[in-house]
Order: sequence, then C-alpha cells, then structure tokens
Amino acid sequence: MAKKFVIGMLVSNHFGVLTRVSAMFSRRGFNIDSLTVGVTELPEYSRMTVTMTGDNYARDQIIKQLQKIEDVKEIKELKHAQSVMRELIILKVAATSENRKDILETANVFKAKIIDFSPDSICIEITGECSKLDAFIELMKPYGIIEMCRTGTVAMDRGITSLKDEI
Amino acid sequence: MEYNGAKILVETLIEQGTEVVFGYPGGQVLNIYDELYLNADRIRHVLSAHEQGAAHAADGYARATGKTGVVIATSGPGATNLVTGIANAFLDSVPMVAITGNVSCNLIGRDSFQEVDIVGITMPVTKHNFIVKDVRDLADTVREAFRIAKSGRPGPVLVDIPKDVQVNTAEYIKKPPVQPDAKKAPDAAQIERAVQMIAAAKRPYIYFGGGVITCDAGDEIMALSQKIDAPVGCSMMGLSAIPNDFASFLGMVGMHGHYCATRAKAEADLIIAVGVRFSDRATGDKSKYAKDAKIIHIDIDNAEIDKNIPSTLGINCDAKIALQMMLEQLNPLKHDEWQQEVRRLKQYEHDNAAKCLGKLTPYRIIDCVGALTQADTPIVTDVGQHQMWVAQHYPFKTARSFISSCGLGTMGFGMGAAIGASIATGKRAVLFTGDGSFGMNLNELATAVSQKVPLVILILNNGVLGMVRQWQTMFYNKHYSNTTLDRKTDFPALAKAFGAVGLSADDETSLKEALKQAFATDGTVLIDCKIDDDERVLPMIPPGGAIDDLILK
Repeated sequence: MAKKFVIGMLVSNHFGVLTRVSAMFSRRGFNIDSLTVGVTELPEYSRMTVTMTGDNYARDQIIKQLQKIEDVKEIKELKHAQSVMRELIILKVAATSENRKDILETANVFKAKIIDFSPDSICIEITGECSKLDAFIELMKPYGIIEMCRTGTVAMDRGITSLKDEI
Repeated sequence: MEYNGAKILVETLIEQGTEVVFGYPGGQVLNIYDELYLNADRIRHVLSAHEQGAAHAADGYARATGKTGVVIATSGPGATNLVTGIANAFLDSVPMVAITGNVSCNLIGRDSFQEVDIVGITMPVTKHNFIVKDVRDLADTVREAFRIAKSGRPGPVLVDIPKDVQVNTAEYIKKPPVQPDAKKAPDAAQIERAVQMIAAAKRPYIYFGGGVITCDAGDEIMALSQKIDAPVGCSMMGLSAIPNDFASFLGMVGMHGHYCATRAKAEADLIIAVGVRFSDRATGDKSKYAKDAKIIHIDIDNAEIDKNIPSTLGINCDAKIALQMMLEQLNPLKHDEWQQEVRRLKQYEHDNAAKCLGKLTPYRIIDCVGALTQADTPIVTDVGQHQMWVAQHYPFKTARSFISSCGLGTMGFGMGAAIGASIATGKRAVLFTGDGSFGMNLNELATAVSQKVPLVILILNNGVLGMVRQWQTMFYNKHYSNTTLDRKTDFPALAKAFGAVGLSADDETSLKEALKQAFATDGTVLIDCKIDDDERVLPMIPPGGAIDDLILK
C-alpha cells in the first residue's frame, strides 16, 4: 500500500551530489514528491530531505540504493511521530477591495505572514506541515492564485539526537 | 617531490600495484602518455585498436585475476567509447579504474573540441566517479578510486583529469596500496537462524553467483553442499567458482540453464542463495519463482537483498565469512529422498537432451577444445548462442577461468576481454565467439597480434545472428528480420590480413587438425567453425515464463 515517507540524509557538500541522488531516483523508477538540499552547520556536509509516496518495498529499496552512493554519508527514515517537519510556501493571490479582508483573515488564522501588498495582489508566506499548507492553498484557490512556490519538506528528529552522530 | 599531474598519476598507479594499463592516446592525455613513455620499464601500456576494446581488456584482466583493471582514454570520443566497457564492468561487478583526460578547466562547459561531460555520462554506470580540478587532490583521488573499486561489491570508478591538472605541479609522497574496506561480518543471530532453517529443510538447494568468485568462497560452497547433502546450482556469473565435476553440482540455472539445475531449484523447500542477485534471466516470471521455498539470501550488497525476490532471511555480509560460520555450527545432514529426486531429474535431462544439427555441432566443438585446454585456461566468450553453449557445456575447473559478459550482454566483449585475460595470466586464452559478435570488435585482432597474445579464437559461424534468430523462430513466426547476415567475410583470410593465423573447420576431423595447430602456435590463431544456422540453445524458458514453460527440445 502506498504511504508517504520522509527520508533525511547527510551528504558530502560537493558539486554533483544532487545529480547523483536525483538521477538514482529516475534511473530506478522511484517517484519522489519533494527534495530539499542545503548546507549544514558543518561546511563539509549538506542535508537533504526527500519525501516520497510508495510501498514498503519502494521505501526499503530507496534507502538501500541511497546508502550505496559514495557521497551519501548518513541516511534515516524520519517517522512522523518522532520528527518535526516543515515546509514554506510563498503564494501570490489576486485581491480586490471586496475580498482583501477575507484573505487577510484567513492568513491570520493560519499564522501566515504578508510579505507583499499591492493594489491587485497579496503575497503570503506560510510555514507548516504539508497538510496545513495544502488546506491553505485550497482556501486561497477561489480568490485566484497568481503564482506560488513551495520549498519542499525539511525535517529532523525530535530530541537530542542528530544524523551526524551516526557518521 | 614536486611532480606534474601526469607524473603523479603514473606514480600513483604504480604505487597502487598497477602493472598493466590498457588504453589509447589522444590530445587530452598526451602528458599522461609522455609519462608512460618515460616509465615504460615500470608499467606496461597495451595499445588497443579502439577504446572499447581497451575497456573490455581491462575488464578481462580484472576478471581473470581479481586485480583492478585500469584503462586510459582521451576526452570526448575516447571517453564515450569507454562507456559500454564501463557499463559492462558495472553490471558484472568488476573492479576497474577508468582514467579519462578532459579539456583544461577553463575550457570546460564551453563545448570545446573533444569535450564531453564524461562524469555526467558515466554516473549511472559507475560505482562512483570523479573530476579532479586541483592537481593537489589527484593522488588521493586516484587512491580513493582504487579503494572504491575493490571494496564491498566491486565495480568501475572513473577519474576524469583535465589537461591543465596533468600539467600543473604538486607535492607527491608515495603511499602504500590502499586496502579495500574491511569485510563485513554477518550478524551472529542471523547465522544461527540460517542454521536452524537449514536443519529444518527437507529439500535444501544451494544457489550461488559471482559473489562467490569475488570473495573466493568456492571451497566453502562445496563444503556446505557436502555437509548438508544439498545439490548446487549457479547463475552464469557463478560459473567456474567450483569445478563442474563436483558431484552435487547441477550447472547453471535460468533461461538457458540446465534442466535439472533449474527444476530442482523450483522443487526445493529452502534456497540458500549466496552472492547472487536473482537476475530476470535467472528467475523468469518472479511471481511464480520458488513459490514453495524459503530463501536465505547472503549478499555483500544490502540493496540486492529483497530487491528482485523477497527473502525469508537476508544476511548482508561477506559470503565467505557467513559460510564459514554456518559450517562451524551445522551438523551433518542427509537427504536421501531429495538426492534421489535430483538424480531422477538429472537422468530425465540426460534422456531428453536436444539433438544437435549439422556436421560440426557446438557441443562437440567445445568438447574438442576442452580436450586441449588446461584447468586454468581462460575461457572467454562473446554474447549470444555460443556463449550459452559454452556456459552449459564447458568443463570448468578453476575459479576465474570463465570470462563472459553476463549482465550487460555486450556483443563485442570477447576480443578485448580475451586479450586482457591472456595478458593478466600469461596463459593462452580461448575465445568462443560468433560471427555476429566477432564482427563488432574484430579490430582488436590487431592488438592481439601486435601484443603477441597467445589466443585461440573459435568463431561458431552460422551466418546468422543466432540468438535473435532463435527468438524469431520461436516467437516471431520465423520472420528473420535482419538476422541473416549474408556477408562474404572470409574469416581465415581476415585473420591473415591482420597478421594472425587463420584456419577453418567444417567437420570434426578438420577441427581437430586446426586445434592441434592452434595450440602449438605461439600467437593468435583464428578458426572459422561452420555450424548449422538452425541450431538452437536449449533448454529454454521463454522470456517472462516460468519453470513449467521450459522447452527441453
């Protein structure tokens, strides 16, 4: 049965590592929902978060195949209950004098930030778990979403542990 | 000492134990070739006719010895010509280091003359690859390439070296050869469970692959078979790991495997799979594969466990260590009823063997060659029907004596690989090839002659692309689309034109005569053997089929 999985990775901070990882997904026919990458507090490592939908076979294979990539230093499935997961969206929505108040109110309920305010549009920044963001997007659709970008999920375990402990 | 990059590369190759490199010079490796010239007494360079041949030679060299094969090519077309050879080594887990030149760093990304992104191109077919942009990193990168190529499940590693990195200088300090990563030992509890499963089994079957050759565990496989009274079969990659005349050995399994080996595996209640990856050519329809059997899968590559066939117990470790631990804990077992059934299958196979056609039959050719070879003669094949006949029928006795392109199925592999295997072992090699496969890289005859390689080439010449034709016969209504070659190639004359000896045979008498001459000749001899174009490889499990679909004759 297809489920959503989140995988956290520490990888070498080299050029080409992102290609190695993403090429493996396409080569082996795995579909991923999102992939994020950024440097960490240790300049030699980058951290990646991959979210994917698949069955247990796909999850196990993806982890094992990622482990085989020389530049992948540590890898772990991050379980929902034991992790914090966040994603950020910037969303530009069409606004008129009639509906502007409603939009602002909705944004307020979702603890979203207004980062640009123009006569015909509002630009909103919102952070949270995927499901919350999806709900917010649904609510914005009727007003007319002009454009939006999502960062993809970043995630880490709760508590004192760290992926780099394992290296 | 302060050396330029080219000298650092050559010194590092020598330091890592490289005695022979295969390759082809070009614009962006001129500096490397200058160093090879200056160090010709310390490292031998074998010039091929085409970079693909050099890559296959490095592959054959590695398969024959277990040492890491090294190949060098220039940028652009030189590098792309290596790709098939690298992919071939990747699919069969062969340790190889491929060195390519590239345009200088300041020209990279500008579509310069003979520039390709070979690191990008080879990413999916290497264990890892590097581009070195600073000469100070060169020696350690090459060392790392050797470490990766040999560690765990071996494979090819490519190091791309731009021209300016070959020219720039850095400090070089000699270091000892890198050691591969420590062999992974199994989890003791898993071994214990495996022992329990084996003790409980009534019809155990040992199925092994190329991993057993890599970790040199042929003796342990035979010891296990004797101790637990189990028959043994192997994948094509496993061939030669144990002698064919080992009493419980049933031969290769799979699409063209031995009937008994494949059937017994299907009837087993426990399959002990060692260093094998359950390739589709070995399993057929996975949904019907070994339905009634429990599977213990031992492999050094964790990703192979449960990838193609789900296992009951997966043990990710070095197979030799696992087998030794199991042997210590196992009590001797007897399975008379099971062995009786296996003997019955063997007899059935014997009684129902397909009849060969024509005056000169593939099996008889192999028999005649086998009568003249030594136990450790490298037996190399190309890809196609002849490859299957050799895999089925040649009496292998020594590990690493069978050299064949199993995973990628590369027609044209044989000439390069045979040259590499002969140079690696210092022995006369035998190449079985077909007129189709031979046609792909016959330019390497030039290499065999110039390098004075003792090599006997047997072309099983049926005038057709036999394996494809066989499928067309069986599954495509005899529509022989582009498989009837209708060529007029005179192979013995061709061999002579290259400076080799060319002979031909159309019956057993002329073959024996030709072989006698070939094995007495110091150098490369080609024998053109005429066989029937309707000769088929049997048994056969049709593509996507299962054991019950097996065609015996």
